Amino acid sequence: MNAIHELSLTALAHALQTQQLSARQVAEHFLARARQHAASDAPLASDMAPAGVADPAHPSCGAFLSMDEAHTLAQANASDQRLQSGQARPLEGVPIAHKDIFVTQHFPTTAGSKILAGYRSPFDATVVARLNEVGMVSLGKLNCDEFAMGSANENSAFGVVHNPWDHTRIAGGSSGGSAAAVAMGLTPAATGTDTGGSIRQPAAFCGITGIKPTYGRASRYGMIAYASSLDQAGPMARSAEDCATLLTAMCGPDVERDSTSLDLPQEDYSTHLNRDIQGLRIGVPKEFFAKGLADDVRDAVQAALASLVQMGARLVEIELPKTELSIPVYYILAPAEASSNLSRFDGVKFGYRTKAYNDLDEMYQKTRSEGFGPEVQRRIMVGAYVLSHGYYDAYYVQAQKIRRMISEDFQRAFSQCDVIAGPVAPTVAWKLGEKSSDPLSNYLADIFTLPASLAGLPGMSVPCGFGEGHMPVGLQLIGNYLKESQLLNVAHRFQGVSDWHTQRPGSFA
Amino acid sequence: MSSANTNTSALIEGFEVVIGFETHTQLTTQSKIFSRASTAFGAEANTQACAVDLALPGTLPVMNKAAVERAIEFGLAVGGEISERSIFARKNYFYPDLPKGYQISQFEIPVVVGGEVSFFLGDTKKTVRLVRAHLEEDAGKSLHEDFVNQSGIDLNRAGTPLLEIVTEPDMRSSAEAVAYAKELHKIVTWIGICDGNMQEGSFRCDANVSVRRPGEPLGTRREIKNLNSFKFMQQAIDFEVRWQIEQLLDGHKIIQATVLFNPDTGETKSMRTKEDAAEYRYFPDPDLPPLEVSRTWVEEVKSRMGELPRDKAARFVSALGLPEYDASTLTQNQAMANYFEQTVALGAQAKLVSNWMMGELSRRLNAAHLDFDASPMSAPTLAALILRIMDATLSNHSAKTLLEALWEDEGSRGREPTAAQALVDVAIERLGLKQMNDTSALEGIIEQVIAANPDNIAQIKAGKDKAFNALVGQVMKASKGKANPKDVNDLLQAKLAAL
Repeated sequence: MNAIHELSLTALAHALQTQQLSARQVAEHFLARARQHAASDAPLASDMAPAGVADPAHPSCGAFLSMDEAHTLAQANASDQRLQSGQARPLEGVPIAHKDIFVTQHFPTTAGSKILAGYRSPFDATVVARLNEVGMVSLGKLNCDEFAMGSANENSAFGVVHNPWDHTRIAGGSSGGSAAAVAMGLTPAATGTDTGGSIRQPAAFCGITGIKPTYGRASRYGMIAYASSLDQAGPMARSAEDCATLLTAMCGPDVERDSTSLDLPQEDYSTHLNRDIQGLRIGVPKEFFAKGLADDVRDAVQAALASLVQMGARLVEIELPKTELSIPVYYILAPAEASSNLSRFDGVKFGYRTKAYNDLDEMYQKTRSEGFGPEVQRRIMVGAYVLSHGYYDAYYVQAQKIRRMISEDFQRAFSQCDVIAGPVAPTVAWKLGEKSSDPLSNYLADIFTLPASLAGLPGMSVPCGFGEGHMPVGLQLIGNYLKESQLLNVAHRFQGVSDWHTQRPGSFA
Repeated sequence: MSSANTNTSALIEGFEVVIGFETHTQLTTQSKIFSRASTAFGAEANTQACAVDLALPGTLPVMNKAAVERAIEFGLAVGGEISERSIFARKNYFYPDLPKGYQISQFEIPVVVGGEVSFFLGDTKKTVRLVRAHLEEDAGKSLHEDFVNQSGIDLNRAGTPLLEIVTEPDMRSSAEAVAYAKELHKIVTWIGICDGNMQEGSFRCDANVSVRRPGEPLGTRREIKNLNSFKFMQQAIDFEVRWQIEQLLDGHKIIQATVLFNPDTGETKSMRTKEDAAEYRYFPDPDLPPLEVSRTWVEEVKSRMGELPRDKAARFVSALGLPEYDASTLTQNQAMANYFEQTVALGAQAKLVSNWMMGELSRRLNAAHLDFDASPMSAPTLAALILRIMDATLSNHSAKTLLEALWEDEGSRGREPTAAQALVDVAIERLGLKQMNDTSALEGIIEQVIAANPDNIAQIKAGKDKAFNALVGQVMKASKGKANPKDVNDLLQAKLAAL
């Protein structure tokens, strides 16, 4: 048998069900890896201060923010009892780690922000609860951009996340900790969230597979809100097959707790993985291959398309004419919602409160100025501006109109094709600090992931090669509403003829 | 639309008063508008607030259908239009008792559009047009008294469902404003969407008050916040009107402002002016899809509601021939309307029932602070009494005597109709109230009275009607009120003519 951390989630689940491995053995293995890759001077499992690792010399990449070994082992022991007594659930004893944007009862939840340092939620996010219910064991919480705002994971209050393939580069964001931890084999799988590309882009940059389902498919209850109309949870793992298993467990109706949850029965995303893709029409938006796309990324993506054609798929050129507009639209709407969503972090009820103040206004101002990082403050200010009287129509209303047009463009495109394919990002992962002083260039890099987010469509990232500096490149697949099965099917077939997803970074061992 | 501009108030120093209302009614749901926490009043601080009410990270609002149904009921009761699709918006501002940093309300598209509220002020019917009624959540409470250099926050009230009802500026006096508020209070308590408890804040009114010279455009308004008793409402508006007129007469301008009424001083005082009005940054709440209310849902709600007060009043006019004023008075509250209908159902003539209820009974009940459902005289007893007026057994005068006698009698409450009739008939016998329908006996009395009053006769002959009335009185007195006044009139006239 391969080393435990080299097993796919599916293989691991099988080994547990057949009791070739015990849940405790598996948990201890991953905990040891996380420890080994963590800084010795930054103890994990602390309630009060998340133990982020910002030191680039350490190969942990700064992925984990909190762990609680006793709790993880207790979960594993409970799983073993079930496995031994024939009460095992489908993913009994399989470990997972959660992006720190999901609230959890047993681990602190920070959303990567100082303003929530040490916060403990009295309840688990629905997604976390659902994964617990199928028997998964939680390893801990993973680093992310503060309140999921960022494309590089350089905006976490608890340190940047380093790309496991090259520690001088970013892991991507905002689910950078999730992507890095999976790529390094610190966990077989992780949860992520995607508002404008936060699952797909870090998955691409770290060479793993990730999927964002249709808006409303996964419950948002317990996911700390960034932009409510865009936020979606999804799995990040090593293969489409693993993602399908996880997505099945994560998704389903939660209408009692989330009004935007789709009231549709749970679906099994694993059943159509092997379906033939003969005759499948793959739409290739010409706007996704225009100026600005780096050659290395273009080459890898086109090679992937060619191999899909070899498997019987047909390429159709399509147009998504509003692609460029998705950047201003997103950077108006998301900050608008964020500016309101983050008002609750005011120092009154929970989280950080400034030490000294003379009156209420000063308490608010100092708490929020000291508690929020610069990118969060920037987006709150942009959001408050576009919602204010006299600007609302020119910005917010206009952006909503264009958002609708973007959705309509997709529907036109889907009359010509079954799935859409293109690059996830214009380049491979860039160097740490390269864009951190220039928010605009950071925003521009989101161009290919934003359109599907604005339309609420499912999208995924599949490893499809390596570019400059032997950095991974991701192929993006976008499906029509509720066509997650189809995306996973295409990705799985592609992974049947390619081995990009099986490659591991040098620091993996 | 009838008389939206009816003016039941004279000008004050040449100024016309213009008033519009915004009323926050707390809806009678078991749980909060967007969470499952209880809405019970008076519990220990922060025991009725769940994770959603506390705005803990990750929580989301889910619409309480019962609150929507109460809004639909209100829309139906005032003849408003129920929006098939309405939008929840966020009103953003920072305050410690507002946990999310925004209030979920309805801004551009409310659940109820239009409608009207009619009432009588004296004999004049007044109709106030409604602009809208929208659903929103209440904030918590800041407690400033019990803490030194600190404020306490109680979030029990946070998330309590409110229906905010907004009128056109249709009222022209404090009296009209109070009458409107009372009528609205009646409607919401009648249909049961609000408990109407003003002291607990279940029914809170904000009055927008301005004055102008007749024919001029609307003056600048000042909004008096949180009027939670009808008495204060009247005092506050009267003070505000006088203050505004004085300002204008002194050559000052009115500055748009929010004011508070201080019951101790009887004065209104500015809290904030429009200049420092908050920028609320309204936008549609992305956590809540548009509220869809289908026709089927509206019909379903309607079918569960009893007859609405306005429909009942209309029926009293059309089917029972009551004047509109009577119909409106009898539908002041459900207890009164029920009492009326019960009495009429037993065969008592509607207008007579109305007169007795609005006159003698209301007077006695008001004095005892009782509603009609607690009346010492039951509806069957009143019906039995009126039936005896109708068959001429009782004169009006004797009927009053009988009512007086029965009022404190335990036996006159909650009787079966037959038992009530027996009770009334026995009492008539016992008290000797039976009207004298025997003409020969009456003739004897009349002859005696004529004989005893030669002066009056002389005056009558001289054409003095007053003297005739005095004779009628003498006859009634001599019959101990049992004579039928009409018979007395007729017989007396006949006798006099024969003299």
